[in-house]
Amino acid sequence: MPAESIALPLTDTARPFTSRLHQWVTTVDHKRLGLLYIGFALLFLVLGGVEATIMRIQLIRPLNNFVSPQVFNRMFTMHGTTMIFFVAMPLVFGFANYLVPLMIGARDMAFPRLNAFSFWMTAFGGLLLYFSFVGGDGLYGGGGAPDVGWFAYAPLTAQTFSPGHSTDFWTLSLLVSGIGSIGTAINIITTIFCMRCKGMVLGKMPLLAWLNLTMAGLVVLAVSPLTAAQLMLLVDRYMGGHFFDTQAGGSAVMWMHFFWVFGHPEVYVLVIPAFAFASEIIPVFSRKAIFGYPIMVAATVCIGFISMSVWAHHMFTVGMSSNANTFFVLSTMAIAVPTGIKIFNWLATIWGGQITFKTPMLFCIGFLFQFLIAGLTGIMLGAAPFDWQLTASYFVVAHFHYVIVGAILFTAFAAFYYWFPKMSGRMYNETLGKWHFWLFIIGFHLTFDFMHVPGLLGMPRRIYTYEPGRGWDIWNVIVTIGTFFQAAAVLIFLGNLIWSYFRGKVAGSDPWDAWTLEWSTTSPPPEYNFATIPEVKSRRPLWDLKHPEDPDWQYE
Amino acid sequence: MQHSTLRFVATICTLEGITWADTVPFLSPTTIFAPTSTPAQSIFDLSLFVMEVTGAIFAVVFSLLVYSVVKFRKKGAADGPEPAQVYGSSQLELAWTVIPVLIVVVLFLASARVIASIQNAVRPADAIEVTVVGHQFWWEYRYPKLGVVTANELHIPVSDPAHPTPTFLTLLSADTDHSFWVPRLAGKTDLIPNHPNSMWVDPHETGLYLGQCAQYCGTQHALMLLRVYVDSREDFDRWIQQQSKPAHASTTVSEGQKIFEQTACINCHAVAGTVANGRFGPDLTHLMSRQTIASGASKNTIGNLIAWIYNPDVLKPGSKMPAMGLSVQQSAEVAAYLATLR
Repeated sequence: MPAESIALPLTDTARPFTSRLHQWVTTVDHKRLGLLYIGFALLFLVLGGVEATIMRIQLIRPLNNFVSPQVFNRMFTMHGTTMIFFVAMPLVFGFANYLVPLMIGARDMAFPRLNAFSFWMTAFGGLLLYFSFVGGDGLYGGGGAPDVGWFAYAPLTAQTFSPGHSTDFWTLSLLVSGIGSIGTAINIITTIFCMRCKGMVLGKMPLLAWLNLTMAGLVVLAVSPLTAAQLMLLVDRYMGGHFFDTQAGGSAVMWMHFFWVFGHPEVYVLVIPAFAFASEIIPVFSRKAIFGYPIMVAATVCIGFISMSVWAHHMFTVGMSSNANTFFVLSTMAIAVPTGIKIFNWLATIWGGQITFKTPMLFCIGFLFQFLIAGLTGIMLGAAPFDWQLTASYFVVAHFHYVIVGAILFTAFAAFYYWFPKMSGRMYNETLGKWHFWLFIIGFHLTFDFMHVPGLLGMPRRIYTYEPGRGWDIWNVIVTIGTFFQAAAVLIFLGNLIWSYFRGKVAGSDPWDAWTLEWSTTSPPPEYNFATIPEVKSRRPLWDLKHPEDPDWQYE
Repeated sequence: MQHSTLRFVATICTLEGITWADTVPFLSPTTIFAPTSTPAQSIFDLSLFVMEVTGAIFAVVFSLLVYSVVKFRKKGAADGPEPAQVYGSSQLELAWTVIPVLIVVVLFLASARVIASIQNAVRPADAIEVTVVGHQFWWEYRYPKLGVVTANELHIPVSDPAHPTPTFLTLLSADTDHSFWVPRLAGKTDLIPNHPNSMWVDPHETGLYLGQCAQYCGTQHALMLLRVYVDSREDFDRWIQQQSKPAHASTTVSEGQKIFEQTACINCHAVAGTVANGRFGPDLTHLMSRQTIASGASKNTIGNLIAWIYNPDVLKPGSKMPAMGLSVQQSAEVAAYLATLR
């Protein structure tokens, strides 16, 4: 049995399909679960992308009739929910699952069966959400996905305003997937604390492990209130509760607090792993150690803490007192400091290096520029009075897409290309990778640079149509054109993954001449990861191995 | 192309009663960069400062990034020696911690000052008071001191900076969350059920100011449009006087009025002085004094009124007003009656 399982997945095509399927469905191996998470995320990325495209076609000109308001409202609700909960989160968990044990020299996660349980909870949560397209109206009629917006402000979610079951599908899918997220987060934390190989004290972990530890801590703290709020909403809808029922003395503002006390740390749940990818990839392609490892760790943990205290900057317009608004301006702007440190440290890592522009590095460079801009528009939004104009407009939509696409998705693409050889055993196609990068970055900037403008000109988000004469028309045309570039780029990306999986050059265990432990084992790694558990003396064990004359542990 | 676009915008603006001067910045009547009221002006001033600071940061970091990416690209042989390994520098890291802290403190203080000046402004005794009630998907305006109730088109007086007559809005909601956003007058403030909010404006120029609901409130969030008419003091007083009068009193009851009063119309709509006293929909007592119907979604013409009464979904799909099953003929008669409500 073990001999069979080692031969992943290049040579195990000889096994019958049902046998292989059974193995994937029942697996508790962290690498397979990681790949399941990632594959699941890619599937939902396509779905969320289709929804975005439908919205952009509808908005390409004023008073367009491509879809009805009802359909448009479902599209933006499903797009947001899908992209956050069923694309970004599974991507983050997938890479963490795959990489953390390998990078800390462990043979699996701490709780392999909890790991499988968590993945399947997330997967079923996603399926539940999409089942709403046929089951949403229940006995009321034909079907309909939720249309309450991805942050589902009360009391729009009350039975009065959302009859039928579309909102229930939204609530239940987030409840179910939330349990999966918490399970995986606990698993990551335990793995990092308990499963490190000999010599790997916390201060010698790869940055990716540190950042995922912070991410997992945030997931536990942030997803729990969301899960609680979903339960409260269910009590309101079906058991006569009045938590958010404003007509019976409940509080709509309380939902906002519950949602954003999840929602803002969630941004960092997603972006901290993006930082993690950048912190592993940029050094390797600059041929230099990460600059200022201790301060990078400190900045990350600092971001984690501060991010728990900024949630109400999503609520500057809901009528908080001037003192509360002022406090949240301060906490929000404070987060710019550790974030700025990170950007400067990446810059210093590149400085004096020898950069090779392989696809993973190209995406990381795109990330650096875009994250800079996203941070600066974030400061504009953090100045509460400016936010009174900008929030809920297309400016804020452009801002958070700069974070989620420009930073998180860009580094996720970088991570795909960087670790694809490890995961599949084969190299991706570099030419297709470059096509993907250039098409995507052109599309990204067409869409999200120009999306800031209609927001400054008074265009609110979530409107299915608009009148001519507001000065918004031309900007919306450009934004929509960019969407098609991005869609084409993503198709090239998926094609590259599939083609390279079957036809790519054999990669070998260390194609990038990299320095962390995952590159010391075969590609793909055997089920048990390492024949003998490694022992490390520094943050870059493979550097020490390759440069015995000048090892890192002399300096750390 | 450019020219025809401009002319098109100009035509629309003329239709909307907006002068060219209003639309010059970015050709938009809803730009945040053409403030005409103190809250919008202080936000605008702050935004310029914030954008100068962030712009400067952008220029510096962007240049450094471009420089280092170009300068430190790999040259020479594929397997030359590795570059010198640098593990960090306490001085540098201290520098790029302390400088951002200083910038943050400055931006924070600038923001705090504007927050206080807008949120803690004193309400003068003679301020105009309006209660705004957000409904799915229209606006109700009540002037409690002046005894006026109207819908969808807000009239307020211009405020002379020397003798300010600001308007204070109390923001309520009848159902879901909404947000009142007229960018040239002020930032947005949400209307939340069971959570009264307030905001104020003191427009310095007369004219029509556009905006729309900025918090997703349901199916027709998109066509919950805002129209604020800033009148000269005399025009405003005249408007108040006209709105305070009872409905048009006719000696004979028209066919349209009969239909209106015998169907469910009166459950939701009010016409002062008649049996119609519903409160779920807009007050129609002075309907013809308004330029638009359906919360700004359509011009107030007899044709649109007929279409709206016959089937509201034609003009605004998903609006809460039901089609009453009237024939086109009956709809036309109701419209003819409504056309007498001046």
